[in-house]
Amino acid sequence: MTRPEASPTARTRSSHLVLVACALAAFIAVAALASLLLTIAVEGTGSLSWKFLTSFASRKAANAGILAPLAGSVWVCVICALVAIPMGIGTALYLEEYAKKSRLQGIIQLNISNLAGVPSIVYGLLALAAFVRFFGFRSGEKPLSFSIEWSELRVLAPGNPDSFWFVQAPFGSGVLAGGLTLALVVLPIMITASQEALRAVPKSLRQAAEALGSTHWQVAWRVTLPAALPTMMTGAILSISRALGEAAPLLVIGGFLMVLQTPTNLMSDFTVLPLQIYNWSGRPQEEFHRIAAAAIIVQLAVLLAFNALAIFVRQAFQKPLQS
Amino acid sequence: MTSLPASTPFLSPRARPARVRLRAAVEWIIESILFLLTVLSVATTVAIFLILVRETWGFFTMRGADGQVLVPIADFLGDSIWSPLLSNPPRFGVASLVSGTLLVTAIAAAFALPLGLLTAVYLSEYAPQRVRSVLKSLLEILAGIPTVVYGFFALTFITPNLLQPLSSSFGTHSAMSAGIAVGIMILPIVSSLAEDALRAVPQSLRDGSLALGSTKAETILRVVIPAALSGIVASFLLAITRAIGETMIVALAAGGGVAQLTANPAAQVQTMTAYMVQVFLGDAPAGGVEYQSSYAVAFTLFAFTFVMTWIGALILRRYREVYE
Repeated sequence: MTRPEASPTARTRSSHLVLVACALAAFIAVAALASLLLTIAVEGTGSLSWKFLTSFASRKAANAGILAPLAGSVWVCVICALVAIPMGIGTALYLEEYAKKSRLQGIIQLNISNLAGVPSIVYGLLALAAFVRFFGFRSGEKPLSFSIEWSELRVLAPGNPDSFWFVQAPFGSGVLAGGLTLALVVLPIMITASQEALRAVPKSLRQAAEALGSTHWQVAWRVTLPAALPTMMTGAILSISRALGEAAPLLVIGGFLMVLQTPTNLMSDFTVLPLQIYNWSGRPQEEFHRIAAAAIIVQLAVLLAFNALAIFVRQAFQKPLQS
Repeated sequence: MTSLPASTPFLSPRARPARVRLRAAVEWIIESILFLLTVLSVATTVAIFLILVRETWGFFTMRGADGQVLVPIADFLGDSIWSPLLSNPPRFGVASLVSGTLLVTAIAAAFALPLGLLTAVYLSEYAPQRVRSVLKSLLEILAGIPTVVYGFFALTFITPNLLQPLSSSFGTHSAMSAGIAVGIMILPIVSSLAEDALRAVPQSLRDGSLALGSTKAETILRVVIPAALSGIVASFLLAITRAIGETMIVALAAGGGVAQLTANPAAQVQTMTAYMVQVFLGDAPAGGVEYQSSYAVAFTLFAFTFVMTWIGALILRRYREVYE
């Protein structure tokens, strides 16, 4: 295989060279991460304060805070989790536990991996048409709206926009539309993670349950799902942290860059942390870069907490499964 | 469809007690619900496609006051100038936006593909266990950072500290700055997927090569990497797809609102995604031709990423080397 002119020492030397190149590449990756974190820490720590966390955005950087985007991120991510996690697990259950190996199943599988490659901004266009506008339902008119008065046990129509129980159709660009948008974006990730978790459950567990007379769903619900749940939850947390960092699709559906209130119901206007960071980073003034960096620190802290939670779940609840 | 529960295989349907029939009905309902959920994911793709087709069709059939088609497809594909907001009449040559996207993607790929592959080789073939696990979790952190943060990094670190000392031709925004930031973003995708592919190569192949007298590097370059090639190429394609669709980094760092057909890395460029951001942030009135053009741009973007994903899936399926 080796060319005759290459002497043993030369070959050893070039072998070392490859090692050096590889280690250097790994070092550059780490250096990039280090300089990223360092830049943010240096720019941002000075602006971080309790006041920064509890005030609204402002024209003056010194008075600006991230209360609105923080609250918006929480609302949107909770909605996203409530939609995407059950749907992802349900789809994975069907594909792994029910679907026969068929052409149709192959197409669905390919479709899901294709969906994961669709740019998130394109999901924004779908969400804009589907959730914000209901495909043109009542376009040009006031949306249908109602709210529930629990104290009097009656439904108001048109609803009272200040009530927590206020809903309108089409949704418009409120937190519900935002949460559903993010659910679309992370659903393929959630499905794939849940499928992998289900695949890791040994066949013998299912066979034992079937041998005891369980029906298909009883096996899935009482045996397979509990065994796969810790891994699934890890996948779920990672999906939600992906949703937490998304800005582009929310920008398309009309997430606002400047919001001066926290959401009160599912139809409220909102902004999220990444959108606020985008807004501040894009301005030419240095002081806005500093508060952008401070907002990034908050964002990364939340993400880090999520990841720690994922690791904790993985280690605390994962029982070793023997096959 | 499960018509018979496993518990009563010997009873004919009529002889089954009510409780068992109920059980079978519940089973059927649950399976149907799960099936509908699965269909929903296919419906998402179909809906995206239909919306893009409908709105793009609307864009190409918009007529001005004189009854003329405003933007013929030939202009969209053939014109070299994209200037929907500033020039009169507006020009819609998508080539400028595509070239912006390709320039940023090319810079990102030139940075991330070799670096990611070398990192993967280090992780899989050289790194001691301790170093490997630390390095992997660092790369995981890098993969979890929101893309808007990379945009911030491009503006506040890459441009002033790396590019501007190098050459005075770099302004605040440039294709180079955005490209490097996108490259850092896709680096962990390449390194982690390529590492998976490398580790899937059986040890016996390495042992065989070493036993024949090859050095470690020769083994890696001539045995391990060729054996893992389909996985490595698939990781490259996935990373490039992500780079093409990346939005927030390029919206922040690649340029203002000016699209131009150029290969100069120091120039400001506008990508397909950045144009969409500009439109949806409200620079164009809804319903107008500028607003509608964003759907034609989105369709072009979708076509690019769809083709890339398909090629990736094909390569993985056709050229995968399967070992026992």
